[in-house]
Amino acid sequence: MRYTVQIVGVGGQGVLLASMVLGTAAMRSGHRVAMSEVHGMAQRGGSVICTLRIGDDVISPLESTGGADLIIGFEPVETCRYLSLGSDKTQILMNLDPVYPSMVAAGFEEYPDIQGLVGSVRTMTDNLMTLDATKIALSAGKAVAANAVMIGAVAAVRGFPLKKELLKEVLLEKVPSKSKELNSKAFEMGYGAMP
Amino acid sequence: MNILEDSGKDLLLGNEAIVRGLIEAGVRVASTYPGTPSSEIGNILEEISEKAGMYFEFSSNEKVAFEVSAAAAIAGVRSFAFMKHVGINVAADTLMTLAYSGVNGGMLILSADDPSAHSSQNEQDNRYFSTISLLPMMEPSTPAEAKEMIGYAYEISEKLSLPVIYRTTTRVNHARSIVEFGPIKDTKAKGHFVKDTQRFVNIPAFAKNNRLRLLELNKKAHELSEVSPFNRIEGSGDVGVITSGVSYTYIKEYTSGAAILKLGFTNPLPERKIAEFIKGKRYIIVVEELEPFLEDQIFRICAQNNLSVPIYGKRSGHLPREWEFSPDTMKRLKDLLTVRAMPSPLAPIGMKLPNRPATLCAGCPHRGMYAATKKAVGKREVVYCSDIGCYTLGVQPPFSTADLVICMGGGAGAAGGFEKATDQKAIAFIGDSTFFHSGITPLISAIFNGHSIVMVILDNRTTAMTGHQPNPGTGRSFGSVNTEPISIEALVKGLGVKFIETIDPYDMKAAEKIMKDALDFDGVAVVISKCPCPLELKKSKTLVIRECHVNQSKCIHCHLCLKTIACPALVAKGETVMTDATACIGCGMCANVCPKGAIEVMK
Repeated sequence: MRYTVQIVGVGGQGVLLASMVLGTAAMRSGHRVAMSEVHGMAQRGGSVICTLRIGDDVISPLESTGGADLIIGFEPVETCRYLSLGSDKTQILMNLDPVYPSMVAAGFEEYPDIQGLVGSVRTMTDNLMTLDATKIALSAGKAVAANAVMIGAVAAVRGFPLKKELLKEVLLEKVPSKSKELNSKAFEMGYGAMP
Repeated sequence: MNILEDSGKDLLLGNEAIVRGLIEAGVRVASTYPGTPSSEIGNILEEISEKAGMYFEFSSNEKVAFEVSAAAAIAGVRSFAFMKHVGINVAADTLMTLAYSGVNGGMLILSADDPSAHSSQNEQDNRYFSTISLLPMMEPSTPAEAKEMIGYAYEISEKLSLPVIYRTTTRVNHARSIVEFGPIKDTKAKGHFVKDTQRFVNIPAFAKNNRLRLLELNKKAHELSEVSPFNRIEGSGDVGVITSGVSYTYIKEYTSGAAILKLGFTNPLPERKIAEFIKGKRYIIVVEELEPFLEDQIFRICAQNNLSVPIYGKRSGHLPREWEFSPDTMKRLKDLLTVRAMPSPLAPIGMKLPNRPATLCAGCPHRGMYAATKKAVGKREVVYCSDIGCYTLGVQPPFSTADLVICMGGGAGAAGGFEKATDQKAIAFIGDSTFFHSGITPLISAIFNGHSIVMVILDNRTTAMTGHQPNPGTGRSFGSVNTEPISIEALVKGLGVKFIETIDPYDMKAAEKIMKDALDFDGVAVVISKCPCPLELKKSKTLVIRECHVNQSKCIHCHLCLKTIACPALVAKGETVMTDATACIGCGMCANVCPKGAIEVMK
């Protein structure tokens, strides 16, 4: 077995935390794990990517282009920027809530129409799943729980090799104790939001 | 899981695995100047070194860090100096001659190289430092191996009485794999320096002999390399791959059909083992990132052993010299090896996507200082000499306040050269940590030689870019050592600078006026822009958050706030400007530039 997840988003969205939750859960399931992370500039609002590979004989921290089994996109534009990590067989999970780059926020560049992005991706693949993770997190209590929503949704992805209960258990270990309830609720709402 | 546990396993970042390796090896002294991709090692040691029975420091630069650890090892204590690749350039003066004297306790020098320059100004291949210094070198391929190899590298260092270069790359430092915790070695905490003038005083008469000593030890190191378990052959066949570092993982997983000689002890190379491996092969492929370091030596080894086997790699044009490898790089070897089928990637989306470069944070004081400088400069022709740190991001519009970036402290030295060789005024921007690292000597030189430059010290009270390490300007308060901050103002005054002003960059009108005076000053003018990094304050939970609010009835939609500060917390929706409450820290910089007072700072 060999399964590669590419997690993409914006510095500060919790991409690293999500990758640690999935990686730790994979280790506890008895798999070998190889990961690669982007550090350093991540907190300065840049585009970030994390590679997580699970399997019996994984050793490379990187995957080939096209080779992802799952792309978890924390942000619409970032998901589209990294589409080449996947093929038409790749499951793509996309959060539809945008984080505006500084030049967009300042009005110097345009953010593309999100439904237009979704439509374009759908012309290439039948495996796109979308959700409003940030809005769901807000209804669970706080926008910061969007990554818990995303992890919950991952648990519902067809063919994802790790068990839902284990993912939830690891997530709750890794978040501050005072926000366990919020994260638990957000995780379940994310899971429930998937078809 | 706690990195100090006696046993167990965990999913560790390469840099965490290295720290675990240090603990298991009983390292007692460690020192660094922070630099990515090695930064996390220091951040972890700041937390745990005292518990681990280790003395750790952030030195003022890599050369000092190197010397602190060198002395410890000379005195018989296991030590560890670590830095990013370009840090080795700073420490190289010490490195080259320390090799002549060697050490008594084990010493590793970690060089964290950065192929693809993810967070660096170049992608130099530091493996050449091992051949120029004649020091042994190890290269791990994964975090798990990085931990394993550390204990072994210390044994080699002690057997040879030489420091060992421990060379990693970003995809080892920032990779993660499962690491098994091994037993923790108990080593002596205190050493003793036994005087040995001929060995440790490299005056010409002694240095000459110490070079002989080093050459002898190099021969001995070669023999250790021949029998090293980290230089091993996997598989068999009449095609051979020779590889090291992270490249091994791509070969192992994405190709098949060749015998692999995986090298971990890469200086000196195991020449007999290599010749033996090559003998009888149809051809050899050398797979390594950056320069043909192994490859060129393998050509030489073949020539010396009368082996005429074709060698493919960089010299044949199969593999690139630029940038890091990835599984996709293996496709270039498809005529030579069986490369695993890779699915066709999805095509680009066909819609224009906005860029998302790293950017100065919301409320970053550098924004204020840059905006004020631009206004003060006006139509004057100036050269903005910048330096290494968050403030290098001033290269982006609307600031464009970086015309030259070379290396740590490089801008300060270059400013004087521009001033003498052109009619342009030179401004040197330098961060507080960088100033202590290598900004003081160029400042002294500018005073000494009568340069007329403006040095702006962007003092945000931390070493921000690498993850907020303390520096001499903040004082130290960890590991039971507490020191007072060094005052930059007093230091500069002590050097005899006649124009010194300290300003609050959030108060841009005052900052602009002072910058005008500094530009008009004939001589060395130093402006200290002093304001703590809000990201650091957020992390330490000491940031007092206010919020800026745009009063829409007063706003005239001139967008001056966006054009001059371009803070990510300011959002334009058509003509309307608003603030993003989740990002805004209420610093008030935008309020200070608003011509109508339409932006209010709310408590």
